[in-house]
Amino acid sequence: MSKSMMSKNKTSVSRRGFLRNAVKGSAAAAAAACTTVVAAPPEANALQRPPKPLPPDAVGLLYDSTLCIGCKACVTACKEVNHMPPDVGPAQQGWNAGGGDKPIYDSPVELSARTLNVIKAYSHGTGATKDAAENGFAFIKRQCLHCADPSCVSVCPVSAMTKDAKTGIVNHDPSACIGCRYCVLSCPFGVPKYDYNDAFGEIKKCQLCKQQLAKNELPGCADVCPTGATLFGRTEDLKAEAKRRTALKVGEHTHYPRGDIAGKVGGPRSGHEKLVEAAYQTHIYGEKELGGTQCLAVSAVPFDKLNLPTNVPENGYPTLSEGIQHTLYAGMIAPATVFAGLAYLAHRNTKNHTDE
Amino acid sequence: MSSQAHEHQPLGGRVLTLPFLICAALVAVAGVILFQRYTQGLAAASNLNDGYPWGIWVAIDVVIGSAFGCAGYVIALLCYILNRGEYHPLVRPAVLASLFGYGLAGLAVLVDLGRYWNFYHMMLPWYAQPNSVMLEVGLCVATYTLVLVVEFAPAFLERFGIEGLRAKLNRVLWVFIALGVLLPTMHQSSLGTMMVIVGHKLSPLWQSQMLPVFFLLTAILMGFAIVVWESVMASLNFRRPMETPVLSKLAGLMLVVASLFVVLRFVDLIVRGQIGQIFGGPQSGWFVAEMALMISGLALLIPKANRNRSRALFLSASLLLAAGILYRLNVYLIGFTPAVGPWHYFPSVKEIMVTVGVFALEIALYLLFVKKLPVMHAVHPEHG
Repeated sequence: MSKSMMSKNKTSVSRRGFLRNAVKGSAAAAAAACTTVVAAPPEANALQRPPKPLPPDAVGLLYDSTLCIGCKACVTACKEVNHMPPDVGPAQQGWNAGGGDKPIYDSPVELSARTLNVIKAYSHGTGATKDAAENGFAFIKRQCLHCADPSCVSVCPVSAMTKDAKTGIVNHDPSACIGCRYCVLSCPFGVPKYDYNDAFGEIKKCQLCKQQLAKNELPGCADVCPTGATLFGRTEDLKAEAKRRTALKVGEHTHYPRGDIAGKVGGPRSGHEKLVEAAYQTHIYGEKELGGTQCLAVSAVPFDKLNLPTNVPENGYPTLSEGIQHTLYAGMIAPATVFAGLAYLAHRNTKNHTDE
Repeated sequence: MSSQAHEHQPLGGRVLTLPFLICAALVAVAGVILFQRYTQGLAAASNLNDGYPWGIWVAIDVVIGSAFGCAGYVIALLCYILNRGEYHPLVRPAVLASLFGYGLAGLAVLVDLGRYWNFYHMMLPWYAQPNSVMLEVGLCVATYTLVLVVEFAPAFLERFGIEGLRAKLNRVLWVFIALGVLLPTMHQSSLGTMMVIVGHKLSPLWQSQMLPVFFLLTAILMGFAIVVWESVMASLNFRRPMETPVLSKLAGLMLVVASLFVVLRFVDLIVRGQIGQIFGGPQSGWFVAEMALMISGLALLIPKANRNRSRALFLSASLLLAAGILYRLNVYLIGFTPAVGPWHYFPSVKEIMVTVGVFALEIALYLLFVKKLPVMHAVHPEHG
């Protein structure tokens, strides 16, 4: 103790002055940096990295809530094609609970590690009118939207979540995954799920039936949809179709395709003619949300009523979080510089200390 | 050399004291629960769900636990980087507290990871995903834990009389000291950046691109506070003289950091146009509680006389620690709302007992180490 006190006393005034100034200077620089960061308006943020564009051949789904009849054939087909187990709530067990280990009635109400695709319903008041926000009801299909700039891919520390460069499909590789569930936490749409009831649980999410697409077959949900409410296709084509539909007027006669909008994947299918019964919202869900998504939705009921996040920015959240990291750690120059300074000071100062 | 060996002394005394045994029992309880967790899945021991995939095992054991571990960081910064030799007696206990804080945060990660058997993928370059803030945090924390082992090694080497190696280590220790300041600066700020990507799911009271700055500030503040807190506790329990003169200087630094935090917090809210949220917005009560703890803690330190009163110091350090804890809990749990709800989360009793067990293990090991190894500064009559 006494020696270290002495070493402190020996420290020259000029050096201490230098140090004090150095600390003051860096504090001022840090304060200035903070002010710049805080003062930047949220739209044009100096820290944000540019958003990622969709691959030109990105594929996805267009869900039309006004066409959906809530038959849930897509839910069943999804389970079959992806070999997913049934999801049975306590109220949906057999009345005599005598089904042994096999539950008899698959009845998911939300996406889960057992359910990659689900139909949910909105209802209001008397629930009498389809596709009406007042005293009506409407359906919404939930599955991975396959973001242009996915948060789950950005956060994954071990590249278990990846985005296909050509199709844009967001894939998950359980053999790489460490189960940190950062993807579950970060997804702005609440899509990836983990199985908490399994000692060796996996992350599960829709991968747009990539195994079916590889065989030139349709994703399970689009394959079986009887009304074309779920339509497969290139996202660009689906976006054009969504714009056509949202411009339609009530009572107009129009054509709705089924299966693949281009008629290629899964072979050509016949569409159907129908009168537009409910006024479409102009909002195309997924066109702009968080940098855009490959799966889109149109509806006659506002999307916030369908339990989808609507008050979200037009750039994906990774533009900001990665922007911050890339600014601080660009080429590791800042950490290396700081380390050099620290090492210099530590080297010099440990010599003055008696111990350690 | 011989005079140095007397600078630090093991405290000695019985190991199997009542506090030690209570801690050991709590660790055993956690062990039984963890058996269930590893054989039946996370749901068997916790209320974690897909709306709240991160619960107290992340928010408390890792995010708050590692802030407790910042004692070694701030004391090394003061002692070796800013060359303030008067903090030297605090170095070893602080480094030891950090070693356990970080070591057990790492252990808690293995409890929480759903596919823990793959954890080593974080260290393999061909799995690395450089955009992931978590990868940076994980690698930084792992490296820092090793650095802490090296920083603490002199106590071991001294105890077992391995002087040759100790002298060699002393010659290169500056490299590890520099790393020991750089790495926490990086990963403690990144713990804040980690929540930037959850976007609208975190209340605007906390969601900000200033999160890394606030996490760095709370890390430094909690580092100081834990040093003061631990020093007063050690003086009371081991009947050692108070280190008040050194602590009063630390108190001045706590005052500066806490004030900076409060000012920046309000500036940030005003600039983002969210200041109205503090008046009755959702979760605003938690913001008020966080600020009340912080402001009362720093207000206690404004009269200079209080910085020499061990009771005021202890109370202030406790309030500031609580403020830091609540800030981090607000960001990671309380201020968070899942994207597509409704979801509910409150930790289960088993989940809480695991967290208690982790901290009990930390305390038990700390008690063991200060009694058996030269950690605490030797008490001489001339420096009371």
